Amino acid sequence: MGETFLEDVAASAVTIERRLGVSRREFMQFCAATAATLGLPAGAEAQIAKAVERAQRPSVIWLHFQECTGCTESLLRAEHPTLEKLILDVISLDYHETLMAAAGHQAEAARKAAMKAHKGKYVLVVEGAIPMRDNGIYCKVGGHTAMDLTRECAADAAAVIAIGSCASWGGMPSTDPNPTGASSVGQVLGKPVVTIPGCPPNPYNFLATVVHFLTFGSLPAVDELGRPKVAYGRIVHEHCERRAHFDAGRFALEFGDDGHRKGYCLYKLGCKGPETHANCSTIGFGDVGESNWPVACGHPCIGCTEKGIGFAKPIHAVAQLKGMSPPATYPRIVEQQGQTSFAAAAALAAIAGAAAGATAMLARNLGKSDAGQESPKASEPPRGQGG
Amino acid sequence: MADSRATAHAPAALGGPLVTPVTIVLAALALAALGVLVVRFTQGLGSVTHLNDGYPWGIWIAYDVVVGSAFACGGYAMALLAYIFNRGEYHALVRPALLASLFGYTLAAVSVIFDLGRWWNFWHIFWPGYAQVNSVMFEVALCISAYVLVMWIEFSPAFLDRIGLSRARQKLSRVLFFFIALGVLLPTMHQSSLGSLLVVFGHQVHPLWQSGWLLPLIYLITAVMLGFAVVIFEATASAVGFRRQLETPVLSRVCTIMYWVLIAYLVLRFADLGWRGALGSAFAATWQAFWFWAETACYAIPAVLLATPASRERPARLFVGAVLLMLGGMLLRINGFLVGYMTGDGWHYFPALPELVVTVGIIAFEILAYIVIVRRVPVLPAGQPAAR
Repeated sequence: MGETFLEDVAASAVTIERRLGVSRREFMQFCAATAATLGLPAGAEAQIAKAVERAQRPSVIWLHFQECTGCTESLLRAEHPTLEKLILDVISLDYHETLMAAAGHQAEAARKAAMKAHKGKYVLVVEGAIPMRDNGIYCKVGGHTAMDLTRECAADAAAVIAIGSCASWGGMPSTDPNPTGASSVGQVLGKPVVTIPGCPPNPYNFLATVVHFLTFGSLPAVDELGRPKVAYGRIVHEHCERRAHFDAGRFALEFGDDGHRKGYCLYKLGCKGPETHANCSTIGFGDVGESNWPVACGHPCIGCTEKGIGFAKPIHAVAQLKGMSPPATYPRIVEQQGQTSFAAAAALAAIAGAAAGATAMLARNLGKSDAGQESPKASEPPRGQGG
Repeated sequence: MADSRATAHAPAALGGPLVTPVTIVLAALALAALGVLVVRFTQGLGSVTHLNDGYPWGIWIAYDVVVGSAFACGGYAMALLAYIFNRGEYHALVRPALLASLFGYTLAAVSVIFDLGRWWNFWHIFWPGYAQVNSVMFEVALCISAYVLVMWIEFSPAFLDRIGLSRARQKLSRVLFFFIALGVLLPTMHQSSLGSLLVVFGHQVHPLWQSGWLLPLIYLITAVMLGFAVVIFEATASAVGFRRQLETPVLSRVCTIMYWVLIAYLVLRFADLGWRGALGSAFAATWQAFWFWAETACYAIPAVLLATPASRERPARLFVGAVLLMLGGMLLRINGFLVGYMTGDGWHYFPALPELVVTVGIIAFEILAYIVIVRRVPVLPAGQPAAR
């Protein structure tokens, strides 16, 4: 694949530069990073590059309901220089209340037009929970309830993606006593959808899901809660940079204490890493390097991606360990560097002495026999020199 | 073996008592080692050894395995001489040498298990998929295990007769040449690989013993030399111990070969030290320098002691020379693996008493088994009247 791939990319470098306003290097970095996020084998970045380059931009309709727009913000405020350009160029964002220039009836008309033009081919993204109590009257857009809009838009969509914890499982609005009956997209549609939980979710997890759809025409493999396995297959604790401290029993016990300043494990401060499925500990957050996800900043994970933990369990409550517990004993912190015992030294000297003595005796007897005596005296074979 | 062709040297069992003061002492030492090993296997390495993170290998590896297998090269050296160079006159020495090698190697191989932290996983190295096939230790482990097996087959004619399996013996003797060839090839491979272990240690080994790509050759040459030295030592010791006639004429011929191997080794060793510019560190006031000169003395003294053909006819000189060479071969290995092993500031190692008990116990068991076997199985050449 190597050569044709390189040739293809070289040929299209100019096109990409003109169309996306990014250098070829930046573009390939994006494709490689996305392939890595998706856990795809080497060479997949080439497929991604081709798919993105083809510019058959799928129409995307993005609905906002009970939410804070944090998911959109995190996507747009990402520091990666090409991210917002790519997300706006790779897809045709036909309806997005935060980003579109149109307003009022004009905006709703755009949605209807896009749905009609791309019937069965567009991607529906839902951000925010959907209130279902009292027939969903607690959230309306253009006179329609969130429930109705979701069902209407989902009916002809090629794929439905729920972004953020609110759309994925109810999120913060669904916290008890949940006066509006805030529900997830899956609950409203009565069928599972792909979910990208998180508050906000890592933009790369969303982007990787979309790019996977673009490249392979299907959504990535998901778990029983609809979460892409590449991003949510493991718990935060498994690859946490502070994991070694957990295993060695070194914990921060309160904010600002000695252990906290030394970067010890935050488990006892209520870190939910051990029961939260997400890839924060492996890909970081916010595109500004590995030091900028909550645990790296010194704050325990609050489990924002996990239903029943984020916004449900108190932040200070200790996580329930899943499939692992601290060891009963810990390795020594100061290693013994070596010791010498008098008994051993004496014993070694005695062995050496016995061996030397036996050798000398035997040699003397041999010498005597050599000098004319008929036979050597019997002597036990010397110990210490094994044969 | 082809003892039928050399009826003059046809081996015969010695007979005689098995329970003597010597065997009782040896058995007691072996039992003490067994006691320590019970503790080691139930309570872990830390309970009986002074091993630490800086020195994960102690005398159980450096002596029991590395030196132990080199001391067990008598069978290899004699097979090389008798079969490869086709010198039939050494035939009488092959079987006793092979017996000593058999025990030396078997116990060296077993000793590895004593040193394994998770010893119950030892079989992983033989299991395709578990083994790391690019490792030097894999080569050593597989090769030594294969050689132990080959030696038991090589030696089996001696006891097949005893247990009445003469027909099996006849069948075996037709293919024995194959195992004899393997018995020369395998030690050549793993004795040099034991030197390769130090190559892998790299700069952690003191320059006096870090000969780089020459290490395999150095270890191989000294192993052959040690093989001859052990044959002389063991033939003399058993002649004295069992009150048999000394085999001085044939031993002095072995000694002549050993002597020239020794000279070749000394030239190689010092040429290497000089070429690498490591000789200067031999004159520094360090423990390493002290042990280097102790090691060198063990080679230099025999080089003088056995210099003339007449001196090689004198049993006492032969014996002292052989013992010194064994000591020198031992020091080369102990120095490379422990004394000259520098793993970082603050780390040091000196064997614990239980470690010594195990090592001594293994040696005692070897000698005990040798005594028992030569008294009951045809190993030593018959027809030599007791000297008294």
